Amino acid sequence: MSQPRTADNGSATPAEAQQMWDLRLYVTGQSPKCLRAIENLQRACEEHLAGRYQIEVVDLLENPRLAAEDQILAVPTVVRRLPQPIRKLVGDLSDTERLLIGLQLRPPRSAAT
Amino acid sequence: MDDAELTSLTGVAPGPDLEKAPTGIRGLDQITGGGLPRGRVTLVAGSAGAGKTLLGLEFLVAGARQYGEPGVLVSFEESDTKITLNVRSLGFDLDQLQRDGLLAVLAFRVEPSEIVATGEFDFEPLFAILDDAIRRVGAKRVVLDTIEVLFGAFGDDSIVRSELSRLARWLDDRGVTVIVTGERGDKSLTRSGIEEYVTDCVIVLDHRVTNEISTRRLRVVKYRGSAHGTNEYPFLISARGFVVLPLTSIALNYGASEERISTGIPRLDHMLSGGLFRGSTLLVSGSAGTGKTSLGAHMVNSACARGERALLVLFEESPDQFLRNMRSIGLDLRPWVDSGLLRIWAARPSALGMETHLAVLAGLLEDETPSVAVLDGIASIGQGISLAEATSAVARKIDLLKARGITTVITALGEGDVETSENVSSMVDTWLLLRNIEANGERNRLLFVLKSRGTAHSNQVREFVLTSHGVELVDVYVGAAGVLAGSARLAQQATERDAEARQADDLARRRRELRRSVMEREAHLVAVQDQLDAERAEIERIDLRERHRAADTETDRSAMGVRRWADTAAGNGEKR
Repeated sequence: MSQPRTADNGSATPAEAQQMWDLRLYVTGQSPKCLRAIENLQRACEEHLAGRYQIEVVDLLENPRLAAEDQILAVPTVVRRLPQPIRKLVGDLSDTERLLIGLQLRPPRSAAT
Repeated sequence: MDDAELTSLTGVAPGPDLEKAPTGIRGLDQITGGGLPRGRVTLVAGSAGAGKTLLGLEFLVAGARQYGEPGVLVSFEESDTKITLNVRSLGFDLDQLQRDGLLAVLAFRVEPSEIVATGEFDFEPLFAILDDAIRRVGAKRVVLDTIEVLFGAFGDDSIVRSELSRLARWLDDRGVTVIVTGERGDKSLTRSGIEEYVTDCVIVLDHRVTNEISTRRLRVVKYRGSAHGTNEYPFLISARGFVVLPLTSIALNYGASEERISTGIPRLDHMLSGGLFRGSTLLVSGSAGTGKTSLGAHMVNSACARGERALLVLFEESPDQFLRNMRSIGLDLRPWVDSGLLRIWAARPSALGMETHLAVLAGLLEDETPSVAVLDGIASIGQGISLAEATSAVARKIDLLKARGITTVITALGEGDVETSENVSSMVDTWLLLRNIEANGERNRLLFVLKSRGTAHSNQVREFVLTSHGVELVDVYVGAAGVLAGSARLAQQATERDAEARQADDLARRRRELRRSVMEREAHLVAVQDQLDAERAEIERIDLRERHRAADTETDRSAMGVRRWADTAAGNGEKR
């Protein structure tokens, strides 16, 4: 189930608009946590990155050795491959605040508003 | 280790129901009565650098190489290339083991600063890859090093805790024997309390540095369902890897030989009813310059002369210095060195650290397989460390040698009342004391046999003389003035010789006088006899003349009568 999903929505500043976001979400099967993570990630991306994101979902049960190669111990894990630098988020992404800060879609709280 | 050995170690026979997976670490398998609980999880806790990773690796390597049990290493601290490099110096070729399909290495670097926690998670990927690796190599052993780093990295430690607990159960169900390493905590065994759910066996490693000398110790804190040694056991990380030295476990089950071997000093052998028992330990203590080293050299020399291998460990001088000094008393040991029978190793323990010193010694014993070993100047081991540690270091050396059945001579500085000697003395079979006595402006060496287990031995003091042809023991003079040795003994001997000579002279003179007297008297006797004879002869002559004269007178009277015509010759014969 690792097909890329893209969506289009043009509502960002011109500089940011050109930046493509490459996200990879590691899961193990269809566990509730993983399904929740997929849902949370998609919602956040639609909201903040409409049209310039790509999510690849990798199921480690299908290829366990990828866990060592990509250094993934826990699931769900989101890796922001682009833009650099690489960021790693662990958890079901239910903490939206931390999700947005972690992906650097929103600066840390003080500058948020 | 066999059952008898274990029984003597713990006083308890091993339970038949609890299977054990040997670690291949000799001392540890001894303490645990055969290894770690098979199919269970063992926690190895210790501070950084205590040797946790190494213990785990040895467990895996021994499993793969010796026991036909492949393994999986999961490292959370180092990259796999770094692990491989780190242990190559210890002779572990992890690459080769991986190529042979006997080992799988999974390395995860967990960097809390790079991870943003965003909610619930689990360690399913770890389970999945572990499952994959276990299947791939057919693993029977798994090492997780150090799971402690998982705490604090993912936000919610209660999830980490429950996941690790689930992992432990999961591994239990797999039937693999597991070592989990954990960082030593201040209040609990591990920083994050892993011991709460890893409950079958807990081993704690400790690394102390006292007076710049490091000592490593190992303790089995818990071993469910099995007897185990409960002490703190010193261990070493040597060029051969992890070596645990159980001090008390080997101590009392070595064989006892009836064979006696010579000390190389005939009179000393005689004092000890024929020499030392093979495999026994001889302690020679004495103050500086009493000849301890020379005694050790004799022992080595006589062993090599019998064609046996010998090891000489010098704590205070260099091999060359030693060889030169021994040549001066007529012992040339160089031929033995050249022929390879004698191996001399010189090193100050304080320079190496006690552990390393012990490790090198253990290595030498393995390489050289000597039948006789001399540790010369062992008292210097106590420099800069506490008495208890010094004693324990010496005791471990003695144990090491005893366990191999090596006849050992230990020389130690100090008179009989010095503590180190005293403490060590209970571990030795024979104790000789060399003591200087000072009198009449000179020092002389005396040798006492303080104890000799299982041997009738002389209670007498001998004078210990270093001559140009080696050590000689001489009877001392014991008299009213006390024990005399050296010049005093010689003087006494001279006096005695004089007295004897004088007495002999007296007798000769007396004999001569008597002889002369007898001769005189005999001569006198002859003279008297002569006189007697002469006098007797004189008497006879007188008698004879008397008779002749009487006869003549009668004849004359008859003739006269005839002439006078006398008619009654008889009646008138009276008139004359």
